[in-house]
Amino acid sequence: MLAQQMRRYLYYGMLLLIFLFGVWAERSGFLEEMLEYEEDVVYLVVEHLKLTAVSGGLAVLIGVPLGIVLSRPRFSHVAENAMQVLNIGTTVPTLALLALSMSLLGIGNSPAILGLLVATLLPIVRNTYTGLLSVPVHLKEAASGMGMLPRQMLWQVELPNALYVIMAGIRTALAINVGTAPLAFLIGGTSLGELIFTGIAVDEQAMMLAGAIPTALLAVTVDFVLGALTFVLVSKGVNPLRQRPAH
Amino acid sequence: MALTLEHLMLVSIAVGLAIITGVPIGVAITQNQRAADLVLYVASVIITIPSIALFGLMIPILSVIGQGIGYLPAIIAVLLYSQLPIIRNTYTAINNVDPALREAARGIGMTPMQRLKMVEIPLAVPVIMAGVRTAVVMNIGVMAIATYIGAGGLGTYIQRGISQTDPRQLIIGAVAVSLLAIIADYALLWVQKKFTPKGMKVMG
Repeated sequence: MLAQQMRRYLYYGMLLLIFLFGVWAERSGFLEEMLEYEEDVVYLVVEHLKLTAVSGGLAVLIGVPLGIVLSRPRFSHVAENAMQVLNIGTTVPTLALLALSMSLLGIGNSPAILGLLVATLLPIVRNTYTGLLSVPVHLKEAASGMGMLPRQMLWQVELPNALYVIMAGIRTALAINVGTAPLAFLIGGTSLGELIFTGIAVDEQAMMLAGAIPTALLAVTVDFVLGALTFVLVSKGVNPLRQRPAH
Repeated sequence: MALTLEHLMLVSIAVGLAIITGVPIGVAITQNQRAADLVLYVASVIITIPSIALFGLMIPILSVIGQGIGYLPAIIAVLLYSQLPIIRNTYTAINNVDPALREAARGIGMTPMQRLKMVEIPLAVPVIMAGVRTAVVMNIGVMAIATYIGAGGLGTYIQRGISQTDPRQLIIGAVAVSLLAIIADYALLWVQKKFTPKGMKVMG
């Protein structure tokens, strides 16, 4: 009961804070200043999403099949080494990836896409691979006992069972992607980073906020949408989100 | 070299502060399921916010006290980002301590405080260290971005490399940051193994 009350207070407190922030923004003329950038914001959000969609989409299209291939028995001897490399790859900071891709491809949208693609690819491959490997052995045996071909087994048993983990990988990856896309501005890509970095450089706080707030909202929204998508896509029996723990 | 040191210093200060705040929070929320859900939810939302957006949001707030750019926003950002891995790992580790061990501790007459200090925390340390490791690796990357808000560090090379289109500085910066992250990852893995109590190694 107490916790519920606390939660309620917290909720109202948050609303009050947002309201006060709004009042402050209005009084200090911030809101007005920020609205001046409305056109830029809309344009940049669209460009930002394009960048994310292209690089993230490519990453999913490459990453998932790659993960599947690596998880096949035929490739098991290279898979472990490949995973080692991928693990090291994920520790490379995203700004470094973008910088390296710029030194490779120069300035513009394409190095930005390459950098984002590489940053996004790794978690997807890794989760696809581990997701497929952690499908319970007895399920696979049951499937082959029913006379399923390897292909049927992949589509009807392994992928549905691994989908939750795969989706988690895609979610992480896209969160990284949306968060890194602002940095793409530095190497000539078009994204919301334009407002943030320019705002910082010329010490124009309204401009900075006009970039930062949509970026933050975009990231939270994308994360939320993918969470909802996971909830819907992953079939009931194997979806941890839909299982009511008994307590 | 000086920049590498600066980079490391900033990350360690921030993650150090994060351990001091995160571990007690993680321990505290094991007592209350609802509080745990709430805290973990808030922390996971914070971690979703892109670092550069977080910097952007903090600058106006911190400029009120004249600290808009520089070390402070960078350290606060890293501090916030480190909360999720550290709190979550502390929480899960302590929740997963074998109930039989807890019973045994009570059986030999330990008070809850003693139990926490002598049983639960030592058992949880390896998992907490894993969280610290995640936090450090992630934040070496965040700190590189923090160069743009005047926090120095290795990002300086990348920044200069980009603005002067000088591939040498660009590659030095990028490679140095990456190496730093990879080395930190391995070093902390080693520390993590060191901290694992002897009795647990057998259990794997």
